[in-house]
Amino acid sequence: MERSDGAASEADFVARLRAGDEAAYAELVRSQGGRMLAVARRLLRSDDDAADAVQEAFISAFRAIRSFEGGARLSTWLHRIVVNAALMKLRTRARRPEVSIDELLPKFHEDGQHVDEPAEWRSPAQLAALESQETRILVREQIDRLPADYRTVLMLRDIEGLDTKETAELLGVTPNAAKIRLHRARLALRTLLDPHMRARETL
Amino acid sequence: MNCRECTDFLIDYLNGDLPPAQQRIFEGHLELCPPCLTYLESYRATLKLCESAREEPPEPLPDAMIAAILAARGVKSKVD
Repeated sequence: MERSDGAASEADFVARLRAGDEAAYAELVRSQGGRMLAVARRLLRSDDDAADAVQEAFISAFRAIRSFEGGARLSTWLHRIVVNAALMKLRTRARRPEVSIDELLPKFHEDGQHVDEPAEWRSPAQLAALESQETRILVREQIDRLPADYRTVLMLRDIEGLDTKETAELLGVTPNAAKIRLHRARLALRTLLDPHMRARETL
Repeated sequence: MNCRECTDFLIDYLNGDLPPAQQRIFEGHLELCPPCLTYLESYRATLKLCESAREEPPEPLPDAMIAAILAARGVKSKVD
């Protein structure tokens, strides 16, 4: 019941936007802008670029509101638009020198066995008990050390929660290539987190 | 299956995308290989840590930005 009311009120809201209702536009920017800015900041790591991406995203959304079909939630639709705006900004930026992904992937002997025996990490309960803000910062810092292409795919899938198909479309690669890149990004992130997460060591 | 192949299959295994025969071989390797089991647990923990990095209450958009965005819309509609 609640859901259909929600859907109905969202449909009314979209109708107000299409009709050019200024109050509805102001409400849209106020209610969705903060979340969109958080997304852009996560992807771009620069407040100025993030603010530009959000502004560009809203302008694109205002232009496209007539083609919004209502199949998706308005918030989901705006999330895609701001992710896309942030990716376009990322592409235009000079790349920082970065570590090769191969250095971060696990190493194997010729017979396929691990070169370094994986160390045990803290238990799920211990990980959950870590101070959340501190852990969040640590994880973000390590994600930022990934080579750019790998960082982006991991951000889109594992932080922004897009599915493989959407991620592949945004990156202009096949879903299989996106999956392989994501897997390598996770392996590399695991390597970067390893010294911080080992059971017998402290941060 | 060796450890390298086991590592290659982790993503499909955790997504539940491995065909049954391959899943049996994968799980058979894990039973015999504590290092791969440890590695799987840390890969899983990496995903959990990413989830925790996602949880962040958004801050409201600064008023100046809201004004700039709405002004840009005004300019746009006048041009239209």
